[in-house]
Amino acid sequence: MLRFIARRLLETIPVLFIIATVTFFMMHGAPGGPFDSEKKPGPEVLARMKAHYGLDKPLFQQYLLQMKHLLQGDLGPSFKYPGRSVNEIIAVSFPVSLELGCEALVVALVFGLAAGMVASLKQNSAWDHVPMSLAMAGLCVPTFVMGPLLISAFAIHMDWFNAAGWFFPRDRVLPALTLGAYYAAYVARLTRGGFLEILNQDYIRTARAKGAGGARILFKHALRGGILPVVSFLGPAVAGLLTGSFVVETIFGIPGLGRYFVMAAFNRDYFMVMGSVLFYACFVVAFNLATDIVLVWLNPKLRFEE
Amino acid sequence: MNVPRKLYLTILCLTIVAGCGKRERLVDIGNRNQELRINNYGEPSSLDPQIGIGQLEHNVSIALYEGLVTVDTKDLSLHPGAAESWNISPDEKVYTFHLRKNGRWSNGEPITARDFVESYHRILTPALAAQYSYMLYPVENAEAFNTGKITNFDEVGFKAPDDYTLQVTLHSPAPYLLSMVIHESWFPVPISVIKKYGAPDDRTNPWARPGTCVGNGPFVLKEWTMNSHILVEKNPTYWDAQNVRLNKIYFDPTEDEDTAERMFRSGQLHGIPQASPSKVAFYRKNKPNLIKVYPILAIYFYKFNVTRPPVNDKRVRKALTMAIDRRAIADTIMRAGEEPAFFFTPPNTGGYTCQTKLSEDVAEARRLLAEAGYPDGRNFPKVEVLFNIMQAHKAVAEALQQMWKKNLNVDIVLHNEEWKVYLDSMMHTNYSMGRAGWVGDYVDPSTFLDTMTTDSGNNETGWSNAEYDRLIHLASNTGDQAARYAAYQKAEAILLDEMPVMPIYFYTIPRLILPCVRGWYPNVLDTYNFKTMYLEPEEN
Repeated sequence: MLRFIARRLLETIPVLFIIATVTFFMMHGAPGGPFDSEKKPGPEVLARMKAHYGLDKPLFQQYLLQMKHLLQGDLGPSFKYPGRSVNEIIAVSFPVSLELGCEALVVALVFGLAAGMVASLKQNSAWDHVPMSLAMAGLCVPTFVMGPLLISAFAIHMDWFNAAGWFFPRDRVLPALTLGAYYAAYVARLTRGGFLEILNQDYIRTARAKGAGGARILFKHALRGGILPVVSFLGPAVAGLLTGSFVVETIFGIPGLGRYFVMAAFNRDYFMVMGSVLFYACFVVAFNLATDIVLVWLNPKLRFEE
Repeated sequence: MNVPRKLYLTILCLTIVAGCGKRERLVDIGNRNQELRINNYGEPSSLDPQIGIGQLEHNVSIALYEGLVTVDTKDLSLHPGAAESWNISPDEKVYTFHLRKNGRWSNGEPITARDFVESYHRILTPALAAQYSYMLYPVENAEAFNTGKITNFDEVGFKAPDDYTLQVTLHSPAPYLLSMVIHESWFPVPISVIKKYGAPDDRTNPWARPGTCVGNGPFVLKEWTMNSHILVEKNPTYWDAQNVRLNKIYFDPTEDEDTAERMFRSGQLHGIPQASPSKVAFYRKNKPNLIKVYPILAIYFYKFNVTRPPVNDKRVRKALTMAIDRRAIADTIMRAGEEPAFFFTPPNTGGYTCQTKLSEDVAEARRLLAEAGYPDGRNFPKVEVLFNIMQAHKAVAEALQQMWKKNLNVDIVLHNEEWKVYLDSMMHTNYSMGRAGWVGDYVDPSTFLDTMTTDSGNNETGWSNAEYDRLIHLASNTGDQAARYAAYQKAEAILLDEMPVMPIYFYTIPRLILPCVRGWYPNVLDTYNFKTMYLEPEEN
């Protein structure tokens, strides 16, 4: 197992290197620069701004310089926000996205697992059709529709919550529901599929024959195998959830990382783009690794293969 | 579980949620405590007034700093600020500002004329690369110092003969100088504080943050959480603190118009600067007391690349310009009270209104097009209109496309690009017709007409006219206001005859604001005067 983890960790180095390189050249290849604006700065001012950030150097030299800084953990300054470093912006905004992501994950798992399990136990009954139809609807309704609908109902008409902002504990409810709903729907369908497959296995029939009750079968015997598809899905999904969602953060005015991830590209904020891409890449890599480890732990067959 | 039990449980749950849910709205709390909550339409890049440029930085800066002169938002008249009085020499080249003796920085230190000179030294230092340094260019040798032609700041026209006298010498008379002085590029910054956090000419110096930011305005910076809020509180050391009625101002950075409008509707904000077009119609009809629509100093127009056929032909440009219905665009597409633009400088800019007016005449447009070699639009090549991706720009471009097809029988192709790609295309004149907008920096026609001179970086049309350049130069070097405006009239007439630009409409601001916000007045600069604002709900 340790060898497996070490090997996977070593594999991440070339992956991150390639991502950083591709990002760098794509970014600099895109038309327009960080200081372009409708009101043109004078040529001297523009030249000095570029010089200040080293953008006057040959491209390959800039690349080497940025790689050197990245190796030292320095993600560089933000062009859009003079005086702030990319490290600082990520340090401030990531905890917000992390919190929202965790809350959305709880929503996704609680609702998704429960609905999926119930549906698989009561296959082809109303207990199956209703939650699965809702899940299908949840998958189909985009967050930019779901969010404003929830706000209209619960913030504006019923006045239970603020329409947007991230100040009070209650401000977490609507964004977490909006972001979690899509994932809950996915988890529900995957759980149902996974459990249906497991519940038809011989060992479950044996357990039933020996007199095990519904709950015991579900949690003691079927759970470990039934949630395998969910675990595979959750790896990359959690990375996406925790690093922020542009749409949900915009609708609810949440100061998370997701917005920087998108806006940095629009602003040609080169260091911010690189920083957020690498940060996200690290998350995806880490969660894929974690998923693989959990899968090996859950599924003895994979252990034998190794 | 039988049905009545389920019912009880549901009612119980709903009661609990509803019971804990009802709450006092943030604007009501604000009204009680004189805490204003306004949307600022974005996250300021910096609160260093010499670095952060743009309207949203301006909105916070005017709370934190005070220039020599301030503006009354009711009528845009000028009033004493950090300077209690000023006089102008007979040749209008020397401005002497007499500073208040009770002026204090928010750290308690007195503000002296030396602070102002040092501040101007900083903004003009080439290494700082301050984008708005050109606002100080009327001052003698300011441009030469800023562009590195001279290195001795003593040669620049800022002098402090004593602690409370600031002398500003111009290279030539500029009657609009005071309207530039109210701009944040003229605000003082605390150099001794800035030095503690790095080099003063380092644009990334982080001094303008809560805890370290020192200003001389009516408020001080207390909190700044990026993309969450900026909180400023009343500054007790401000010279006129007894007349400041607000205790706190929260600036909300929400950029999305719909999100901001929902926050306004749910009682989280006292005002938002911009409602989306669909909401404007709703508010104007149903809640007219909550919306204020007023003109600002800005124009929406198209640029022609005069180096590219067929729009290199003046007759074609004129034909295209004459064959559109501006009123229809303003009234049916924009729908926020925009005024059709028949000239380039917004009307009554510092008392100046262009006397030459564009005409809309389809018959004449057809004749001009035929004269240019395209009778009834025949053989007219496909011309592209470039705009950046945005629903409103697309709607305007589509309407124009239809008008040109109907009136001139010419086919125009629409092409949209992402913002920075579009800026790049415009800058390299890689377009035939392109959408553009311009917001004036100060109340004077020069802020519009200067952009179309040959050497202006904002021209972007390839158009050059020696007489136009001469007139603009003449106007910016004479102190005689009548002569200046006469020169601008002639210059703008040339612009409207040559037509490198096609004015479409003058912008308006559809602002949502609660009636309890008192002391706020709509104005063409769309600026606030937080000092005079306060909250007073109407008695029911």
